[in-house]
Amino acid sequence: MKIFQQSFKFLVIVCVLLLPTVSFANSSSEGDGQISTKKEVEDYILHHIQDSHDFSLFSYTSDSGERKHVGFPLPVIVWGSNGLTTFMSSAFHHNDDGSVVVEKNGSKFVKIHSKIYELDAGETTVNYDEDLHATNAHKVLDFSITKSVVGVLFIGLLMIFWFSSLAKQYKKKAIPTGFGRVLEPLVIYVRDEIARPNIGDKHYRKFTGYLLTVFFFIWILNLLGLTPFGFNVTGQLAVTACLAIFTLIIYTASGTKDYWMHMLWMPDAPWWIRPVLAVIELAGAFIIKPFSLLVRLFANISAGHIVVMSLIAIMFTLKDTLGVAGATGLSFILSFFITLIEVLVAFLQAYIFTMLSALFIGMAVAEHDHDHAHDEHGQEIPDAEDVRGDFI
Amino acid sequence: MEKLLNDFSPGLFVVQTLLLLLLIFIMVKFAWKPILNSLNEREEGIQGALDAAEKAKREMENLQADNQKLLQEARLERETMLKEAREIKSQMIADAEEEAKNQANSIIEKAQLAIESEKKSAMAELKNHVAGLSIDIAEKVVRQELSNKDKQLELVESMLNEAKLN
Repeated sequence: MKIFQQSFKFLVIVCVLLLPTVSFANSSSEGDGQISTKKEVEDYILHHIQDSHDFSLFSYTSDSGERKHVGFPLPVIVWGSNGLTTFMSSAFHHNDDGSVVVEKNGSKFVKIHSKIYELDAGETTVNYDEDLHATNAHKVLDFSITKSVVGVLFIGLLMIFWFSSLAKQYKKKAIPTGFGRVLEPLVIYVRDEIARPNIGDKHYRKFTGYLLTVFFFIWILNLLGLTPFGFNVTGQLAVTACLAIFTLIIYTASGTKDYWMHMLWMPDAPWWIRPVLAVIELAGAFIIKPFSLLVRLFANISAGHIVVMSLIAIMFTLKDTLGVAGATGLSFILSFFITLIEVLVAFLQAYIFTMLSALFIGMAVAEHDHDHAHDEHGQEIPDAEDVRGDFI
Repeated sequence: MEKLLNDFSPGLFVVQTLLLLLLIFIMVKFAWKPILNSLNEREEGIQGALDAAEKAKREMENLQADNQKLLQEARLERETMLKEAREIKSQMIADAEEEAKNQANSIIEKAQLAIESEKKSAMAELKNHVAGLSIDIAEKVVRQELSNKDKQLELVESMLNEAKLN
C-alpha cells in the first residue's frame, strides 16, 4: 500500500514537472498542415520512427489558421567546428527541412529530417542536390537530450526507484508487499529461466545483474513505445547497437581458454580446415552474433510501430471509400488487435535479447571436457553445449 | 542501407552507452545484489525448513512405528497373561473339586463307619432292652401262669438265641 502511495506521489511530481513545459506550446513558423494523404502519412510515420529533438504531445490548428504544437523543447548539445554548443530545440520552431537557421557560438545549425547539420563557413542557406542531400552542410556529433535520451533517463530512474525500493523491503521482511510482489517473480523468472539454464550454475551469478538490467530496460522501453507519448527508443539503431555491443564485450571478455581455442584452432578437426573454421567462428562471434541481436530488436520494434501507425492511418486513407465511421471502425479494430500483439512482442523481444545474451555468455564461459563421449562407431556424441551451439 | 546508416546517430550511441553503463552500475550495486542475495537467503531458509520438516516427519514415523510395536507387544503379553490366568483358574477349580470330593468321601466313610458302630451298639442295647422288657413281660405273664420261674427263663433264653440267629 505504501509503495502505491509512493508511486502515486512520484507520478504527481512528474506531472507537476511536465505541466509548465506544456505552456511552451509553440506556433511553428509555417503551417505544416494536417495529415490526410498517403504520402503525408508515410512521411509522418518515418518521422515518428526517427529520434526527435523535441517532445511534442500533439498539435492542432488554431482558429486563426496557425499550426500549434503542444509539447516541450529539449536541450540540443552538439559538437561542431567551434566546439560544444548548446541551445534549446525550440530555436528551430519545429522546422525540419533546414530553412530555419540557428546561429550560436559562431556556427550556423539547421535541422533536416531530425538530424542537425552545421552549415559550411560563409553559407547562409542550405543547398540541396537532386537526392535532397545537403551539399553545403555537414553533420555534427549530436549529444542532445533527444526524446530517446529522455525515455532512457525516465526508464532508468523508474527502474532504480522500483528495484531499489524492492531491495530495501528485504531488509525488513522476507516477502515483499505491494508492487514489489509484482517485480519479484519477474526477477526470479529472469534468474531461473534465462540466466541459470543458459550460463550454468557455476557462473550465472556474475552475469545476472547485466541480464536483469537489460531485460527490464528493453521490456519497459518497448512498452513505453506503445503509449501515445510516441517513444521509439528500442527502435533506434544506436540504442540496440549499444546493447548488442555490451553483450559482445561481456562474452568476449569472459571467454575461457577453451572458448578461444574452439574459435581460433578448432580441436578434433583436420588441420587444413582449422583456419577456415577460425574465420567463420570469428565472423560469428564478432559480427553475426551482435548483428543478430541489434537488428532483431531494432527491426521488430520499428516494424511494430510502423504497422500500428499504418493501421491507425487507415482512418484517413480509406475515409473516401469506407466513409468516416467505416474507416474509423476498421482502423480501430485492426490497430487494437495489433497493439495487443505488440504488447506480447514487447515482452518477447526483451526475452529473446536477454536469452540470446545469456546463451552467448554461457557458450563463452562453458567448460568443455575434451574427452567427449564416443559412441561405438568412434563418432563423438554431441553434448548439450555443442547442440546448442549449432542452433545459434 | 544508406538510410539506415543515416539514421544511426553516433551521439545517441555515446549517450546511450554512458547511461547504460551508469544504469547497470547503479542497478547492480543498489538493486540486483541485495535482491538476489535476499532471494538466495530466503530460498536457502525455505529449503532448510523443508528439510527439517521432512526430518521431523520421518522421526515421527519412527516413533509411531515404535509405539505400534510396543502396543503390539503389550497386547500379546496381556493375552498370554489372560490365558495363564484362565488356566490357573480352571486348575484351581479342578483341584478344589478334587479335594472336596475326597474330603466328602472320607467324611461319608467316617459317617458310615460311625453309623455302623452306632447301629451295632444301638442294636445291642435294643437287644438287651428288648431282652429285659421281654423278660419283664414274660416274668409278669409267666409269674401269674408259671410257678416254675427258672424253667420259663430257660425257655425265653433259648427263644431269644433263636431270634438272634435270624
